[in-house]
Amino acid sequence: MPELSRRRALTAAAALTVAAGAQALAVSASAAPATSAGHEEHTGHTGHNEHTGHRPGSPSAFDEVYKGRRIQGRPTTGGGHHHEHGGGYSVFVDGVELHVMRNADGSWISVVSHYDPVPTPRAAARAAVDELQGAALLPFPAN
Amino acid sequence: MTVRKNQASLTADEKRRFVAALLELKRNGRYDEFVRTHNAFIMSDTDNSERTGHRSPSFLPWHRRFLLDFEQALQSVDASVALPYWDWSTDRTVRASLWAPDFLGGTGRSSDGRVTDGPFAGSSGNWPINVRVDGRTFLRRSLGTAVRELPTRAEVESVLSIATYDMAPWNSASDGFRNHLEGWRGVNLHNRVHVWVGGQMATGVSPNDPVFWMHHAYIDKLWAEWQRRHPGAGYVPAAGTPDVVDLNETMKPWNTVRPVDLLDHTSFYTFDV
Repeated sequence: MPELSRRRALTAAAALTVAAGAQALAVSASAAPATSAGHEEHTGHTGHNEHTGHRPGSPSAFDEVYKGRRIQGRPTTGGGHHHEHGGGYSVFVDGVELHVMRNADGSWISVVSHYDPVPTPRAAARAAVDELQGAALLPFPAN
Repeated sequence: MTVRKNQASLTADEKRRFVAALLELKRNGRYDEFVRTHNAFIMSDTDNSERTGHRSPSFLPWHRRFLLDFEQALQSVDASVALPYWDWSTDRTVRASLWAPDFLGGTGRSSDGRVTDGPFAGSSGNWPINVRVDGRTFLRRSLGTAVRELPTRAEVESVLSIATYDMAPWNSASDGFRNHLEGWRGVNLHNRVHVWVGGQMATGVSPNDPVFWMHHAYIDKLWAEWQRRHPGAGYVPAAGTPDVVDLNETMKPWNTVRPVDLLDHTSFYTFDV
């Protein structure tokens, strides 16, 4: 598996995202229960799987207007629209997907704030709106 | 042999040649390929699956090779040019000569972060931001606002004193030198500098700001300093680690070079001190 995965081209990674995501899910569910619980706290959501029934430890969905822009987040099924690894949760700013990533400690980053972890995907979405200063997000991968 | 110098000690002519080579790589399209490659890796390197350029032991050799590629591209324009390094523990204010109009230009204006002076200002017309994640096509910075302080020399020393190169689980949760230098744990060196600069430097398309290369040239120099302090320690893991580049495994995107080939920088370049 590692040899195979190392040989595959980055551009061909999308097809394997589902498998990788399932692996990541198993790891995060078993290795980081405390972190997951912390997330539920952050998002004000105490039960697992209420929204999805398939992503233990995933934060719950959100939908709000922040600084005049609609930010949304939701657990996803890994249905193939992710072009990167570590999917399982999608964030949108005014309907355009923002690439986000979960760190091993449960913190989150996005492509517009990639070196500065924040506690939740909602915090990553808000940090993105702050960073964008009203600019439109481009769909990823970048052109 | 290439000698990488502290940016603070460059002569006016060295600065002029370095800037001119950057602008030529931008003009001929080669520069943006480096930005695109970096963003592809930063988006696909994850803690629980394959990781090569970031959040993994190969963070250091990957960037060493990435910088070598870039330096060779610069030298194809002007053979006298070498990558300078920015010691941000010393040149740690917005008044450093690094940010003067004859070199990289300064911070962005408060309204939209736009850099308004120097060779890379949007108004120059010479530095369009083409590989981007949002609609803005001009270079942005916000020096020292998202985080107030650059790392201090004492903080650098505390990381250089860590005797183990890297540790399981070989990602952003690791203890050891690599992850403390990268900044996902501890006092935070490399990541914090990206955040301090702000603008594109805080994003996955960070090489859009030429300071990227000088920041990473200094991170690379700190790796060399660490090796001198810990001659008995070396790159790990050695073999058989899923999703992680072991010492003798090849790295993407080159597929012809291994960490073991990159441990000794003196076969490629030396430093001024």
